[in-house]
Amino acid sequence: MQQSLERAIGLLALILAAIGPAIFSTYWISFILTQVFFLGIVAASLIFLSARGGMVSLAQVSVYGIAGFVLGNVVTQGNSKGLNLGWNPWIGLVLGIAIATAIGFIFGALASRSTGIYFLMITLTYAVIANLFFGQVATFSGFGGISGITAPGLIGNVNDHPNRLYYAALACAVLVYASIKYIVRTPFGLTLQGVRDDPVRMSSLGYNVPLHRMIAFGFGGFLASLAGVLFVWWNGHIDPASIDIGSTLDVLVICVIGGLYRLEGAWLGALAFVLIQNYVRTDNLPLIGGTFHTIVGAIFLIIVLISPGGLMGIWDSIVPRGLGPFARPSATAAGSVDSAHAPVEEANR
Amino acid sequence: MDSALRRPGTARKRRALTAAQVRVLRIAGWVLLAVLAVLPLLWVLFFAPTTGRGATTFGSAVHDPGDFLITALNGITAAGLYFVVASGFTLIFGLMRVVNMAHGAFFLLGGYIALKLQRAFVGQDSAFGLLSSQVRLWQWVVPTLIAAACIGIAGLAVQQALLRWNQGQDLRQALITIAVSIILADQMIAHFGAFTQDIAWPLVLDKRVDLHVAGVQYTLTRLFILAVAVVIGLGLWLWLHKTRTGMVIRAGVDDRQMVSALGINIQVVFAVAFIVGSALAGFGGAIGGSYASLGPGLDGNWLLYSLVVVIIGGMGSLAGAVVGSLLLGIVSTFAAVYLPSNDTFYSIIFTFVLLAVVLAFRPLGLFGRPA
Repeated sequence: MQQSLERAIGLLALILAAIGPAIFSTYWISFILTQVFFLGIVAASLIFLSARGGMVSLAQVSVYGIAGFVLGNVVTQGNSKGLNLGWNPWIGLVLGIAIATAIGFIFGALASRSTGIYFLMITLTYAVIANLFFGQVATFSGFGGISGITAPGLIGNVNDHPNRLYYAALACAVLVYASIKYIVRTPFGLTLQGVRDDPVRMSSLGYNVPLHRMIAFGFGGFLASLAGVLFVWWNGHIDPASIDIGSTLDVLVICVIGGLYRLEGAWLGALAFVLIQNYVRTDNLPLIGGTFHTIVGAIFLIIVLISPGGLMGIWDSIVPRGLGPFARPSATAAGSVDSAHAPVEEANR
Repeated sequence: MDSALRRPGTARKRRALTAAQVRVLRIAGWVLLAVLAVLPLLWVLFFAPTTGRGATTFGSAVHDPGDFLITALNGITAAGLYFVVASGFTLIFGLMRVVNMAHGAFFLLGGYIALKLQRAFVGQDSAFGLLSSQVRLWQWVVPTLIAAACIGIAGLAVQQALLRWNQGQDLRQALITIAVSIILADQMIAHFGAFTQDIAWPLVLDKRVDLHVAGVQYTLTRLFILAVAVVIGLGLWLWLHKTRTGMVIRAGVDDRQMVSALGINIQVVFAVAFIVGSALAGFGGAIGGSYASLGPGLDGNWLLYSLVVVIIGGMGSLAGAVVGSLLLGIVSTFAAVYLPSNDTFYSIIFTFVLLAVVLAFRPLGLFGRPA
């Protein structure tokens, strides 16, 4: 019953999104929903890695930033910092995605012999190092970042044609959703799930565990780099603050609010996050002080403590469920996923 | 896709390696490591030029021994501060398997508490900070100790209120501490301002001493940090290896269930470890706020240093924290000075390379053991 209900809701959401420009205001289209789509893509790459591979990665935002910085360096001209190559935006797109994916593979290869909290820590160091790198290295960015990044003619100027980028982001989001849903059904996806549940057994069955993790991580990096490209087209500017530790944690917050175990949670969480960010505009909360980050942090804390499945977990507990590909009993809280077995297993050598 | 990733083919090839081949491979690995370590050393000692395209700030150690000595001391003293902060992190992890992602936020909060207390004691709170001539020794020491105590209590509160009933769920505990760090970071900006400030050293410490080697005058405060780090390191070692509490903690690291089965209240031990670990973060924050500065975003940097130190050294190992902080301090300091002057901003890459090399050869860190 749940599956058909979810399909109906999903279809409805898709139709709403497709005719979005006719229903929503320009602000919603150009600001809120476009942002929801690309943030949802980054979050989906994290949820894929976490739900399928048992790897909670904090490096997704840095890979997304690397794609954005490469694109910015390649296409712009006349900035005080950066390479200022001034090439065709399409070359920038291809190079940005290719380089970010390659770095995703390298990151994955280095972390591939760890899981669980070790993975979380190693990927967090990647995130901070990438942020410091772009902050310090004036050859590629420097503190002020790169401005005036334009999208190719097909997308056009984002301010004049917000709908084009909106549809591009929507199409990407749908493609990412479909490709993850497809990947998890392939032999590779099933093996990855085995690696998540019992790496020791999988490796004694003859599977190369680190290689599977590395490929999954590279694929996650590829998805994140798509979002990075959409982000710089949307923003026209990228600087180290776009990939600082706050932005990194924002994406984790999105995943946890939406639900770390269900792919749909990525976009649901992104919608909730962007709405809070937009409509709770206070610089000084009553009594305690602080900005919306305090609220988001408190929501994050409450969700982790009470409903580790996030919004999708609440949904799953309300509506009786079938066993979908991303379904996990909501009783298995975050954390118990990996603690059942040794967090790091030595590679077989 | 599947068949290409399966191991049997490669496994058979691996088994075919003879003992001699394995030895050759192992030697090749060591040679590679040695080259990675020796080449930069040779560059620093003999080849770093002062003119031309690859000109460095000071030139090689042979050319300018004084500045080489200063750089080496800078690296070691920075390592001292990294150790103070990271030892708390690794203590908590080693015993409880809790990755305290709020460690950086605790560091910064400790620094701010010491800063505010110092200004209250001196009786002057200006945006420009205090001069060391206004600060007496106790006006630095007392705020630092109170800050460490406050952060110890804050850590205890987080552990008792949020972490205790999620024991064993390490990922969930890490997420909880991330939430705490988000809230703390935002609250600190709201209450302590978004600009960088620093704590003033007392006048007795804020001077230069003559080392009588190559005519080097070195700042006493950095030597003081190193001395504090050594004292804390020795203290932790004595505590863990020569006292009953330390014995229980080490037993708890190895086998928690067995320790509690022997009638020891492991919850008390956990609480003590969390207080000490967090207090070290707050203590480090007060020192770090005097040595460098305090400001938004620095919580992330110090969390990074702690993470890198324990990933390199091995989680939960005190010796690992010593070696990890020395490696991090020396590599990052030397990279920032001995890279060609036009390229010094690439020094951050060396931190990553250090991490990558260690992870490639020892995924659990230099002193790490499987959990």
